Amino acid sequence: MIALLIVAQVLRISVPYLFAAAGGLLSERAGIVALTLEGFMAAGAFGAAIGTHYSGSPALGLGAGVAAGALLASVHAMATIRFRADQVVCGIALNLLVAGGCAFTLRLAFDSSSNSPRIAALGEGLGSGLAATFANPLVWGAFAILPAMWWLLYRTRFGLRVRAVGEHPEAATSVGIGVPRVRYLAVILSGAIAALGGAYLAFDQHKFTDGMTAGRGFIAIAAVIFGRWEPVRALGACLLFAVAETVQIRLQGSTALPSQFVEMIPYALTIVALAGFGGKSAAPSALGRSEG
Amino acid sequence: MNRLLAVIGALLAVHVALLFVRPGGALAEPAVKSVRVGIVFDVGGRGDKSFNDGAYEGGERAMRELGAEVTFIEPGDGTDREAGLRLLAAEGVDLVLGIGFIFTDDIATLAREYPNTRFGGIDYALSTDAAGNVVPPPPNVTALKFREEEGSFLVGALAVLVGRSKTVGFVGGMDSPLIRKFEAGYTAGVKHVCPECTVVAQYAGVTPVAFRNPGRGKELALSQYQSGIDVIFHASGSTGLGVFEAARAQHKLAIGVDADQFNEAPGFVLTSMVKGVDAAVYDAIKRVRDHTFQGGVSAFGLAENGVGYVYDANNRALIPDAVRARVEAIRAGIVAGRIKVPGK
Repeated sequence: MIALLIVAQVLRISVPYLFAAAGGLLSERAGIVALTLEGFMAAGAFGAAIGTHYSGSPALGLGAGVAAGALLASVHAMATIRFRADQVVCGIALNLLVAGGCAFTLRLAFDSSSNSPRIAALGEGLGSGLAATFANPLVWGAFAILPAMWWLLYRTRFGLRVRAVGEHPEAATSVGIGVPRVRYLAVILSGAIAALGGAYLAFDQHKFTDGMTAGRGFIAIAAVIFGRWEPVRALGACLLFAVAETVQIRLQGSTALPSQFVEMIPYALTIVALAGFGGKSAAPSALGRSEG
Repeated sequence: MNRLLAVIGALLAVHVALLFVRPGGALAEPAVKSVRVGIVFDVGGRGDKSFNDGAYEGGERAMRELGAEVTFIEPGDGTDREAGLRLLAAEGVDLVLGIGFIFTDDIATLAREYPNTRFGGIDYALSTDAAGNVVPPPPNVTALKFREEEGSFLVGALAVLVGRSKTVGFVGGMDSPLIRKFEAGYTAGVKHVCPECTVVAQYAGVTPVAFRNPGRGKELALSQYQSGIDVIFHASGSTGLGVFEAARAQHKLAIGVDADQFNEAPGFVLTSMVKGVDAAVYDAIKRVRDHTFQGGVSAFGLAENGVGYVYDANNRALIPDAVRARVEAIRAGIVAGRIKVPGK
C-alpha cells in the first residue's frame, strides 16, 4: 500500500513537468528557445481558475487555460518570429508580464493578491488519494503527451518540418517549407500543451495562487535538456526529477542524508548533461537564432 | 539603439533624482500634530489575508483613532522595496514601517542615512556579532518582533491533545531561523503535554519560493497524513494552502498561521496561530504620537496578546472544553514565567 502511495505521489509530481517538457520540446525542436514555459504554465493555471470560476465548469476552465497558454505563446511567436526579438529576452519579459498580470487581475477580480476563490476540479467526487490520482484525466494525458510528441515529430509531415526548421531553416526554405508558419504553429501548440501543466496545478489546489508554478517551468526546461531533446528521454528525465522530489519529501527529517542534497539532484544532473557527459549534447542547430 | 539607451538612462536618472526631492510644503507646514506614517508592504501586498492585511488594519486604525496620516506603498517583486522606504524617508514622514523580515537590511542602511527619521521593522532580524552577542538595531529603529514560539507552543499542545496519534506534523516554508522558531515552540508544546510524542517537521525548500509553492505543500502534507499523522501545523505562507487542501482530501486537521485561516478549509482547520501585526503597527504609531518612541526591540508575546490562537464559534466544536482549559492553563503558565519556551 505504501509503495502504491509513493508511486502515486511520483505520478502527481511529474504531471506538470511532463506537460511543460512536451511543450518545451516542441518549441525548441522548431528552433525557438522555450524559456517561457513558466509563463505558459502560470497562464494555464490562471486561465483554468478564472474560467472555471466564471463558467462553473472545469472542462470549460481547462479550455480557458489552454487558450490562455496559446494566446501568450502567439505573442511570443509574433515577437520572436515576425519581429525577430531575442528569444531569451522575450521569454524572460513574458514570464514577468504573466506574473504581474496574474497578480493584477487577481486584485481586480477578487480583491486578493494571493489567491482566487475555490474552484471545482476535474475528476471531482472521486474521493481522495489513489482513486483521485488514477482517475484524473490530466494524469493520463500527461503520460501520453510525450509519446504523442514522439509520434508527431517522427511520424508526421508536420513533425518532419518542425525538425527541419529547427536544424536548418535555410535548407527548409530552399525546399519550399514556410519556416515562419511552421514555427508559429509549433510555438502556439507548445504554449497550449504547457498550459495543461499549469491547469493541472490549479485543479489540484482547487484555486490559483500567485506564484504557484514555483519554478516548475524551469525544471521542465532542464528535463528537455537532460533528455537531449528526445521525447522518450525527456519522459524519463521528468520521472527522474519527480522521483528525486518524492525521495526528498519522504526522507526529509527522517535520515542523516541532508534534504538539500536530494533536492539538488535534478539541477546537478542537468549541469552534468549540459557539460556533455554521456554523449554529446544534441540541441537543435538553429535553436535561438532569430534570423532564418 | 543608442538613442534608446540614452532615453532609458535619462529616465533612470530622473527617477533616482525624484527620490531625493522633498515636497516643498511638507516641512514648512506649521505644527498641526498629526503623525505622518509610511508603510511599505511585503511581497504580495494588500489582500494577502495575512501579514500585509494585518499591517493595513493597524494603519487604518491609527488613522481612525489617532488621526495619523498613513501612506501605503506596495512594492513589486525584488529591488524596489528599498526605493519605497527611501521615498518615504525622503518625504520626511515621522515613522517608516517595513512589513516583513525581508526589509531588515534596507531599514538598517536607511536608518543611518536618515538619523532623524524613525523606522520600524516587523519581524526585524537581529544579527549577532562574532562573540554571539545580539547587535542592537540603530537607535532610531524599533524592531517589532513576535514571540512566535509562545503561540506555537500552545498550538503544539492543542494539536497533540486533540489528535489521536502520538505523532503530529509540521510543514515549514523556507528553512530559516524565523521558521525554525515556530518549529521549536511547537515541538516544545507537544512534548510538554506528551513527552513520548514526536513531531515530524518538514520544510518546502531552502529559497523564498518555498513560501509560495502550494503544490509542494500539499504533497508534504499528504505524505504526513498518510503516515498516520492527523494534525499538521504549517508556517509556510501560501505553501500552506496546499496543506489545507490535503487536510480536506484526507479529512484530517490543519493549523493555520499568522491570521485566522479557518475559511481556507472550513471544518478541517483546528485553529490558527495568529500574530498581531495590526496591534504592533498601531502600537508603534501610537508611541510616535505620544513621543514615547524608543529604538530597540519590542517583543510581542502571549502576555502582550501579540500572539495567540483562534478559539471562536467556528472551531469550538473541534476543541473539547477540557482541552481548552488545559491549554489556557499552559498559557497562564507561560505568561507567569513558570513554563519556559525555547526559541530555537
